[in-house]
Amino acid sequence: MIWINVVIQGVLVGGFYALFACGLSLMFGVMKVINLAHGDMAVVAGYVAVFLTPHLHIAEIWSLLVVVPLFALVGYVLQRTLIQKSIDRDPFTTLLVTFGLSVVIENLLLEFYTANAQTVNVGALGYESWHPGSIFFISYVSLGVLVAAVAVLAVLQLFLSHTGTGRLVRAVADDREAAQLSGANYRHIFGIAAAIAFATVALAGIAYGMQTQFAPTSGGVNLLFAFEAVVIGGIGSLWGTLVGGIALGMAQVFGAHFNPEYQRLAGNVLFLLVLAVRPRGLFGKTTSVS
Amino acid sequence: MSETVLEVRDLRVYHGQLCAVDDVSFVLGEGEILAMIGANGAGKSTLLRTIAGLHQPSAGTISFKGVDLTNLTPNRRVRLGLSLVPEGRRLFSSMTLEENLLVGAYRAKEGPFTIDRIYDLFEWMPSRRKQSVWQLSGGEQQAVAIGRALVANPQVLLLDELSLGLAPIVIERIYALVPEIVSQGVSILIVEQDVAQGVAVADCVHCLLEGRTSLVGVPSELTSDQIDRAYFGSDLTQSSQQEGMGA
Repeated sequence: MIWINVVIQGVLVGGFYALFACGLSLMFGVMKVINLAHGDMAVVAGYVAVFLTPHLHIAEIWSLLVVVPLFALVGYVLQRTLIQKSIDRDPFTTLLVTFGLSVVIENLLLEFYTANAQTVNVGALGYESWHPGSIFFISYVSLGVLVAAVAVLAVLQLFLSHTGTGRLVRAVADDREAAQLSGANYRHIFGIAAAIAFATVALAGIAYGMQTQFAPTSGGVNLLFAFEAVVIGGIGSLWGTLVGGIALGMAQVFGAHFNPEYQRLAGNVLFLLVLAVRPRGLFGKTTSVS
Repeated sequence: MSETVLEVRDLRVYHGQLCAVDDVSFVLGEGEILAMIGANGAGKSTLLRTIAGLHQPSAGTISFKGVDLTNLTPNRRVRLGLSLVPEGRRLFSSMTLEENLLVGAYRAKEGPFTIDRIYDLFEWMPSRRKQSVWQLSGGEQQAVAIGRALVANPQVLLLDELSLGLAPIVIERIYALVPEIVSQGVSILIVEQDVAQGVAVADCVHCLLEGRTSLVGVPSELTSDQIDRAYFGSDLTQSSQQEGMGA
């Protein structure tokens, strides 16, 4: 029974990792940019929810209705300006620029909001859980995050497969030049992909704040987990990211079951194992037009 | 003479220090087929890619129906009516045949070439439209690449090395479509290494040698000897040797 609980808790944590990681996966898949400020963006979203939305006189939990579209806009603008400029130079520049962005964001947050930990207040909901069996506790918030993650991935999948703009995003990811020759303005498409990535990471940041505490420097470790989830699942596969997130979550919960110190260790070991045995990840693509 | 749709004047393109296209000028009339021939490295593909907007010229102008294209991005040129079928086909590998065509059609102008029309042209396509493009043969992929360019309803179609890596029978079948495309008022600029193929379909032949124009003419008026010399540049090598001796 205890193992069933480990699986359940792993899946719940994994849902959060998938939500956190899908934007990272999308930005890498489409513009080959590894956004090292991805984790910090989630933290910023948390801070915006905690400190700015109270001015709008809405409950913090509903701040996502404001923060998510706001971050989509920020993502588009940032992509069309700073990130595009660095892509135009070379891939290494994008690493430096996003790393710099990460440093700047962390320090600005420390400067304005101190190092104190914050949470997104969801009231009593934060402590309540569904209790289907004697030893099973399923937190409503965690369950909600898992459902949100699956919904986000499903909507994203539908968008990419069945809309004209979504197909252009995939076309640009496959072959930027050929997409231009088919009439796609790749810079605009990059902007759209960044908008989606930032919107999902904002949602993930608020979800994180609902489940636990965050501080200005919380972004880094979450970025690492997101990165592991993407690599385990296979780069370029959305559902792979979900499976990767769940696998990582289960490994962590499994490790923590023996000793809380083993939580990260177990996740990292799984990550290294996948890299060693299946470098393309569980659902990574191997085929392409020669 | 028919109305000019594409005019290239004094075009010069550099790859780093190498002058890949040097002072090339030509005009393409409505419904005309121009074959750009030349050996490997003569600058044909660079010329085509520059016209499509993938390279910036360092001098010269490209105009399309009187509009200067020089500062337009490739996607803007597509919407004006200039489509390139790139060398090596460059299909979207994660997509199905139909999705490749849908991408081409997404920003398309109104015109005779719809996806259904492409399915009429290539009768094998409808039954295989849900297949991934990497499951198709080279010739089939080339057909999809042509279809993807055609659904944008271009007025000028740029074809880069259609015959590369394809069996002669397949090449023949693909070239058999050219009259059908031209009958819709489309002008075609073909780049070919396969001289016989290019000369057979073209109204006008333009030969490049080391980036420069070495011969321009109507195929029926050119002798194969003239073409050979323009293609391999035996005259030019002789004259440059003489220059070398003089210096």
